[in-house]
Formats: sequence, C-alpha cells, structure tokens
Amino acid sequence: MAELHLPTTLQPLFRELPRKLDVEAATVAEAIDRLDAQWPGLRDRLCEQGPALRPHIHVYVDRERAGLDTGLDERSRVDVIAAISGG
Amino acid sequence: MSSTVLLVGTRKGCFILESDADRRDWKLRGPYCDGWPVYHAVHDAESGAIYAAAASEWHGAGVWRSPDLGETWELSSEGFGFDEDKGLKLSKVSTLSAGHGRVLAGTEAAGVFESRDGGVTWSLVSTLDGQPNRELWNDPANQPPGHLGLSAILQHPDEASRYWVIVQGHGAFETTDDGSSWTPRNRGLRADWPIENPEVGYCVHKLVLAPDRTRMYQQNHVGMHRSDDAGQSWTEITEGLPSEFGFAAAAHPHDRDTFYVVPVDPGHGRVMHDGHASVWRTKDAGSSWQQLDKGLPHRDAHLGVLREGMAIDGYDSPGLYFGTSTGQVFASADEGDSWNEIASYLPSISSVEVAVLA
Repeated sequence: MAELHLPTTLQPLFRELPRKLDVEAATVAEAIDRLDAQWPGLRDRLCEQGPALRPHIHVYVDRERAGLDTGLDERSRVDVIAAISGG
Repeated sequence: MSSTVLLVGTRKGCFILESDADRRDWKLRGPYCDGWPVYHAVHDAESGAIYAAAASEWHGAGVWRSPDLGETWELSSEGFGFDEDKGLKLSKVSTLSAGHGRVLAGTEAAGVFESRDGGVTWSLVSTLDGQPNRELWNDPANQPPGHLGLSAILQHPDEASRYWVIVQGHGAFETTDDGSSWTPRNRGLRADWPIENPEVGYCVHKLVLAPDRTRMYQQNHVGMHRSDDAGQSWTEITEGLPSEFGFAAAAHPHDRDTFYVVPVDPGHGRVMHDGHASVWRTKDAGSSWQQLDKGLPHRDAHLGVLREGMAIDGYDSPGLYFGTSTGQVFASADEGDSWNEIASYLPSISSVEVAVLA
C-alpha cells in the first residue's frame, strides 16, 4: 500500500478526509481515483481537464517529482503539495 | 420587520453583513468558503440559498452554496468543464445569476452553465458558438489571464428564457431562447480601437436593467451608455462625469431615470479621482450627473470598485452599497445622499450583493 500525504487545504472540503492514508494503487492517477471514489469531487480539486495535475498541485513519489502516470509500489510515499501560490 | 443582508465576495472568502430595515447598524460574519477567492456571491430569492463563485489557485474553480444564510457551505464543480475537442479550459467561475428556478454561471473561458438542483451539479448551456469573431476567442494570444471570459449575466425578471451576457472585450449578447441562439447588442457603442466587425469588439463592463424592463444602462471601458430599447441600441451619456471609465453601476429599483456609477481613473490605478471617494447619480437618464460624497472620505482615499462591487436594495427608499479593493464597505440608506463605512478591514472586495428578507 502506498502512503499518501495530502495538503491541509483539502480537509475543509471533504468530511473526515485524513492528512495521511494508505492506498492500494499502481499509479498516481489510480491513487487519486481511489480517493475520488471515497470522497466524490476530490479528483477535480487535484486534476484539471486532460486529465493533468493542476498547475499548482505538485506530486512527489519517494521525493521525486511525479505525474499522473508515475508508478507506485507497496512502499511508495506519495506527497501531494499545494505549491506556492496566492499571497 | 425585514432584515437586510449584504453578501461580500472577497479575495479571501465570502463575508455577510446583516442589519434590519433601518440599515444603520451592521453585524459582520465570516469569512466563509474556506477563504477561497470569491468573485461573485448572490442570494437566490426563490430558495433562500447563497451561491458564491470561486476559484482557488490550487484546487480550481467551483461554486459554493449555503442553504442557511452562511451557517453551512458545500462546494461543487461537478459538470463545470468544456468538451475536450473544443480546446477550452475552465479557469474561473466569474459570475452568477439566480432566478426562474435555476442558477446561471458565467465562466472563463467564455461559457454559460446552469444548475437546476440547487448548485449540486452544473451543465453547459452555451459557449456562444457562431457569434461574430467567436473563433478568435479561443486563440491563446487573445486570452491573457483575467480577460475574455463571460463576466456577467443579467436575467430578465419576467421572461425565464431571456437574458444578457457580457463577454469581456467582445461585447453584450442577448438570448431569448435560453441560450440556444444569441444576438450581439452593441449598436451605438464606441470603441477607441480598430473594429473588424461592427457588431462586436466592444468592452462592456456592466449592464443593468431599469424597473420598466426596457431601459438599460451600461458602464463601458469608454463611456456611460443608455438604451431605451432593451439593449438594441445605445446612446452615450458620459458628459458631466469625471471619467468615462469605471466598472460598477446600479439602477434605481423604482425610477427608470435614476442610475448610479463609480467613475475611476482609466489608467493603471483604476481608483477614484484625486483620492476623493464619490458615487455619481443621474436622476434624468444621464442628462446631468450629481456627485454623492457626504460621509465618504474626501482625501487620501484611493479606492477601486469592481464590476459587481456596488448593489442597491428594493426598499421604498433604496439603500446603496459598495465595496472597495482595499476592503471597506460603504452603505447609504437614503439613495446615496449620505454614506457610512460599515466594514473597514476586509480583504480586497470583488462583489457586493444585497437581499431583503421578510
């Protein structure tokens, strides 16, 4: 199971969404699909049409910058970051 | 006794100001919408719900809804999006209009969406295909950030399938069949730039409808304009104002000849002239203008007011409200004759709307 770490900006939008959770998925896209199945609408908060990650959403798999098709294994750590924006 | 509710959309969430029918003492609540940038918050008189158009730089665009005057909120973007093959990207929900059993939303890129289930799901109504020069709207070179979206929707109060929209930089368009077909409504407008097709290419900032449902007023990038035939033709009424430029405007709810604007400098600043805050009013359909500044700061007040930044209520003696780019809300309970500052330290304000609740 990959270990997902989510940004604090998502919690107010989805009831009982944790900051950290384990997900069974082969890719980043699949992990987001799993989240969306449990918290409908969550995919739209991370991805735009394409689909592609939103410009200010950065994903790292084992501390390497990743995309939606990046592969995950049993011990992957996935960090979803709301990158610098706003002010 | 009725209550008066102001919905204030800001760069850091939606706020609510409440008063009674006297409109003297106000209480502030908020921020709501989790601090997302809110471009336009509206009240649906039919359902009592509040809707707030928002776009987060991280999490995209959507509409927040509250069925209970701000106590609880939910966000939805379900259905907001264009067909992949159109090559359009939805970056922002810019404006909302509630009425006739639905909520309409204008987006950037230019599109009209609607919800008929209280803002839970949305569906595309139109991208105004077939309008003159429509093919140019999608050119990335014509889409600098913050421009060329569908920035305003004005529903006809009585005719459910009739409404007007503004497409930034292109002009006003009217539909009488719920978005199936459109007609440009820009005849008589001025453009200080080359126009390829005389029907479009105008920079309409704000449209309002007078209570007779026939007269309209328009703040344009170049000039104030009036229409006596529901937008089919326009006559300029700028003379007497300190600037031809501005964004906000409001029509008196009971007098077709009375109309309010907030002229601002047309350059980079886009704030009120000489640091002197004023709203300007005509009572004779634009033949003459009166500066309204009693109670407003007369010096060192470099205030900007955006397109949806001014509202007027429907009381017998209407109250007028405007919110500024520096976070103040000013209110007048006497048709603009005198003003009070009712909020001072909000984030930059995008919109002010007012509702009178029984």
